Amino acid sequence: MKNIIASFFFCLLVGFASLTLAAEPVIIGVYFPMTGPSAVYGQIGYKGLQLAQQERPTVLGRPVQLIMTDNKSDKVESANAVSRLIQKEKADVVIGGLTSSNTLSGGPVAEKARVPMLSPWATNPLVTQNKKYIFRACFIDPFQGYVAAKFAREELNAKTAAVLIDITQDYCVGIANFFMKNFKKMGGKIVFKAYYNTGDMDFTGQLAGMIAKKPDVIYCPGYFKELALIARQAREQGLKQPILSGDAAQADELIKIGGEAVEGLSFTTHFDEEGVVTQSGKKFVAAFRKAYPGIIPDSVSALSYDTYNILLDAIERAGSTDKERVTAELAKTRNFPGATGVMTMKNHDMIKPAVILTVKNGKFKWLATVNP
Amino acid sequence: MSLGTLYGLIAIGYTMVYGILRLINFAHADVMMMSTYFAFFGISMFALPWWVAAIIAMILTALLGIMIDQGAYRPLRRAPRISALITAIGVSFLLENLGLVIFGSRPRAFFRPEIFRPVWQFGEIHVLSLSVYTICITAVLLVFVYIIIYRTRIGMAMRAISRDMQTVPLMGVDLNRVIAFTFGMGSALAAAGGILWAMKYPQIEPLMGIFPGLKAFVAAVLGGIGNVFGAVIGGFILGVTEILLVAFFPEFSGYRDALAFLLLILVLLFRPTGIMGEVLPE
Repeated sequence: MKNIIASFFFCLLVGFASLTLAAEPVIIGVYFPMTGPSAVYGQIGYKGLQLAQQERPTVLGRPVQLIMTDNKSDKVESANAVSRLIQKEKADVVIGGLTSSNTLSGGPVAEKARVPMLSPWATNPLVTQNKKYIFRACFIDPFQGYVAAKFAREELNAKTAAVLIDITQDYCVGIANFFMKNFKKMGGKIVFKAYYNTGDMDFTGQLAGMIAKKPDVIYCPGYFKELALIARQAREQGLKQPILSGDAAQADELIKIGGEAVEGLSFTTHFDEEGVVTQSGKKFVAAFRKAYPGIIPDSVSALSYDTYNILLDAIERAGSTDKERVTAELAKTRNFPGATGVMTMKNHDMIKPAVILTVKNGKFKWLATVNP
Repeated sequence: MSLGTLYGLIAIGYTMVYGILRLINFAHADVMMMSTYFAFFGISMFALPWWVAAIIAMILTALLGIMIDQGAYRPLRRAPRISALITAIGVSFLLENLGLVIFGSRPRAFFRPEIFRPVWQFGEIHVLSLSVYTICITAVLLVFVYIIIYRTRIGMAMRAISRDMQTVPLMGVDLNRVIAFTFGMGSALAAAGGILWAMKYPQIEPLMGIFPGLKAFVAAVLGGIGNVFGAVIGGFILGVTEILLVAFFPEFSGYRDALAFLLLILVLLFRPTGIMGEVLPE
């Protein structure tokens, strides 16, 4: 009898132990820029993540916990943030960073610690190159550069192009190089190339040099802050050429600050409300509109939303949070129906469609969707 | 060119405070940032006409400058110079982060008044009217500064303090009043520069002071720190060289900021006290 009672208690104990084990949260560490020059993206991206978490708060019967660490839009702080997430917070997986520069410095830390990391928005090819544990939920720069070059040649009939590059952003340098390569391959000519730094406000020097070259199109794949000022100063100096850009242009501030100067500015990006094709996309837009009235669901929030779901799917398929198995499953992501389109993981990068948007009457308007 | 005059306007504030206190007021650039927010809220919240908002912003900024002096630097008047310098850096961080908390990190679009909007065309060259007005406004402000420094009693006191801080109080001059006035004036000029800056580059954010502040500091040193007109000349040289380099050598445009500091190093090598700096007695 005594034995039976003892074993009963033992069973109870084991039961409790396994219960508490089961209830142990899956920890997802996030390093986004919540302050600093890229804070706009970090804030809205985090909204996307939180929305996804509200919809899917558990995985494998365990609650999911998001732990946010601010990387302050800084390369050094990004690396610090990742080691903090892994060592102190014991993150099972890491989401981030948003910009390519931040992810390029945060990635190696996770790689060394063998923790899988999925970036929603880092489009620079180097981010996942020769990495085993680093993945992304977006397409890479060559694709954006290719789409922009194709658009400039075929839709705008541009023969010559001028390129303005933010030299401090790996993203801008990469995407500009791929644009130039593809534009030349398609028979176009690059007549002018100049550089600037993040945080610059005066571009009259660069633009003055550009006027004499009379390009058909200006390609400036920079972030919206500088881009808005560039567009204004270009128009003030009498440059009337169409301006093309990359996905970092998409922010309300581009229109608020750029005003009339950004009318007709087009850019390649990941996602647009009007261009939504998938069921998941429609669900995301409706949920986002409801949760954050007045805020437009943009690329960063949609990609962050997708990132969360891709990760949870991988963990589900892996059946545990074992880092090696999650990594293997992430690599096997196939035909994932995300908010930003149907996507397939190939060499740690996503193959998926791109969207071209343009500014019309002070609003972002969907222009075309380009499939890979 | 108007970029150079803007550097100059901000540089005056650095140089005036340095001339009197031998203190590099690193918070100056952030005082400038605050002034643009004062003007921004004046226009957007109280619907003031832009020039009223600008004048109110200048007054508020002057008060802020005086408050910073009274709160942060005055207790350290007799402390070693390095303590005041570190305090200045502290105040700078305080203002920046205060701005981040209160105003948020998203940039806001600044207003450009109607009269500054037209673009004048001379053949191939397009000039924004604001750029021309900026130069005019700076010239007018400079005349004011000249009159105050060289034609008024308080200006005389300021010049005297920069010569000999110990003796002046013995002559019956209220040292703190003069220093407060200097801070007020320097900050008001920073506000003028800041508001013109924000009209030219119409986005404001809490960290916007760093870039113009650094360049204005270079301009002040370039022109000979402590010398008001040297600051303007330094700002002018810096602004013009930067733009010309980028316009004529676009492939080097990534090195623009490096050039600013190279210029500084070269000038300091050949004229250690700056272009218009006084020659130090041996």
